[in-house]
Amino acid sequence: MSKPQRLIFGETLVELGSSVENLIVCDADVSGSTQTKLFGTKYPERFFNFGIAEGNMVSAAAGMASTGMIPVVSTFALFLALRAGDPVRSLVAYNKLNVKIAGGYAGLSDFADGASHQTIEDMGVMQAIPNILVLCPSDITTTKKAVEEMIKYEGPVYLRLSREAITQEYDENINFEIGKGITVNDGSDVTIIGCGIPMRFARCAVEQLKTEGINARLIDMPTVKPLDSKIIANAATETGAIVTVEEHNIFGGLGSSVASLISETNPIPVVKVGVSDKYGESGKYEEILARAGISTEEIIKAVKKAISLK
Amino acid sequence: MTTKELQKTAQELRLTVLEMNHKAGSGHTGGSYSCAEITTVLYEQFMNIDSSNPKLETRDRFVLSKGHAAPTLYVTLARKGFFDKEILGTLRQTGSILQGHPCMSKCPGVDMSMGSLGLGASVGVGMALSARVKNEKWRTYVICGDGELDEGQNWEAFASIAKWNLSNLTVIIDKNNVQLDGTKEEIMPMNDLKGKLNAFGLKTMECNGHDCEELESTIKAANEDNDAVVIIAHTVKGKGVSFMEGQAAWHGKPINAEDFANAEAELTATLNNL
Repeated sequence: MSKPQRLIFGETLVELGSSVENLIVCDADVSGSTQTKLFGTKYPERFFNFGIAEGNMVSAAAGMASTGMIPVVSTFALFLALRAGDPVRSLVAYNKLNVKIAGGYAGLSDFADGASHQTIEDMGVMQAIPNILVLCPSDITTTKKAVEEMIKYEGPVYLRLSREAITQEYDENINFEIGKGITVNDGSDVTIIGCGIPMRFARCAVEQLKTEGINARLIDMPTVKPLDSKIIANAATETGAIVTVEEHNIFGGLGSSVASLISETNPIPVVKVGVSDKYGESGKYEEILARAGISTEEIIKAVKKAISLK
Repeated sequence: MTTKELQKTAQELRLTVLEMNHKAGSGHTGGSYSCAEITTVLYEQFMNIDSSNPKLETRDRFVLSKGHAAPTLYVTLARKGFFDKEILGTLRQTGSILQGHPCMSKCPGVDMSMGSLGLGASVGVGMALSARVKNEKWRTYVICGDGELDEGQNWEAFASIAKWNLSNLTVIIDKNNVQLDGTKEEIMPMNDLKGKLNAFGLKTMECNGHDCEELESTIKAANEDNDAVVIIAHTVKGKGVSFMEGQAAWHGKPINAEDFANAEAELTATLNNL
């Protein structure tokens, strides 16, 4: 079973709309793309389309949250993290307002549109701002639960979403908790920690590595901030090397945060797989991911490098 | 309050702000003075608030988009009983609830932290939409500076006020014609502000922003109007102190002992004649 992540997001908002009466959804003229139009159709009185004016939308959401509403602001990740960066920081985060920032089409998932619409900086921006949680789920179950949990959580949350279709990897009864990683595969030679879409490559890499006699532990990290320091410390102690995998610039994302944490707690090699500090381009999704530095092969290379550095 | 009492209260506020900014060694006197009467009239004649319950859900909301006029808001909130007047002397000091720009998590009565310019009208839009969704009667008031209208986001906000015809929101533009580096005309001319607002689909009303009677009747008319209204309040930056009036230099200049004495004398003399 596979489904576009944005569709899961849109459908979950509709489901929540009946029980969460103070849920408001706002979009900036891309509700057909982000799938917030589903909520807008069902609950038109609680849906506001601000047009192509992201700063106004996020600032208004801050105003809404200050009066007890739970606004979800939705558009492409790039425009939330950077165009609306000031209101995100100066209103939402500074005041710990209950605004949910849903960045769609993140990473290179808007593949055909090219670098102007792709986002490799959003987690860096959001992680550098105090008070904001950063979520980046990888499968259908965790995406649905991430949406549900962020609405339950009192405070600002950044939810990173992809345009891409994702599969169901986890049972619906999985214990999903904000701030907790999920051990997908146990292993003792190295640990791969990933988030979002490239988890699919990480899963392939684990299987291929097995054939070469390398047992890799695989951890899915749907919460990038705050990091699950316990699961990472255990992985560091027990496997002695870490590889991070994400669809984000290698600066400012999951890899930077894991490396930063590890350097202070369990200094061991950390090798980062991600966008190698350059802009994306138009093309087929997996082709441009590979050209940016994200593929099963890159992960395998990184694993071998990490092990050699032990 | 009577008009006379309002004028006196605003003038007393100027004296307190002078002391606060003098003691703090920094702070924005010019912009605090231009909105002294607007803020006073709003809080004394219109705002439905309860200082013993600052978070009262049904209260009216106030957004000081020109957050650098914080001293004016602080004096007003202290007068309304949100905190002890003695705290006013701690403006901008380490650990004070009175930050250089208003902070809602520190200072009771502040409905939204402000300081980064150009965001307040948008916040007002969100508050007004919330009231509509909740079917609540409370109103939202926003004071914008004319300097901050340089920021394009204000115009996004104005477009959305018109789109949703937010008649439960009153935006008052403190039009003092001066910004930090110089006059509006020199730095970024606004030209026909009223015409621009009208072209955005908004009804406008104008008044003398230092005349409490005019302010009160204009705000009342705006509140009673079925359409969204933006009030252009014509003001003078640094109003009340002749050497500060209309001077960009007094946007945020520390007040030395000599200037303090002269300003205090002039403000007191005016107060005594009211």
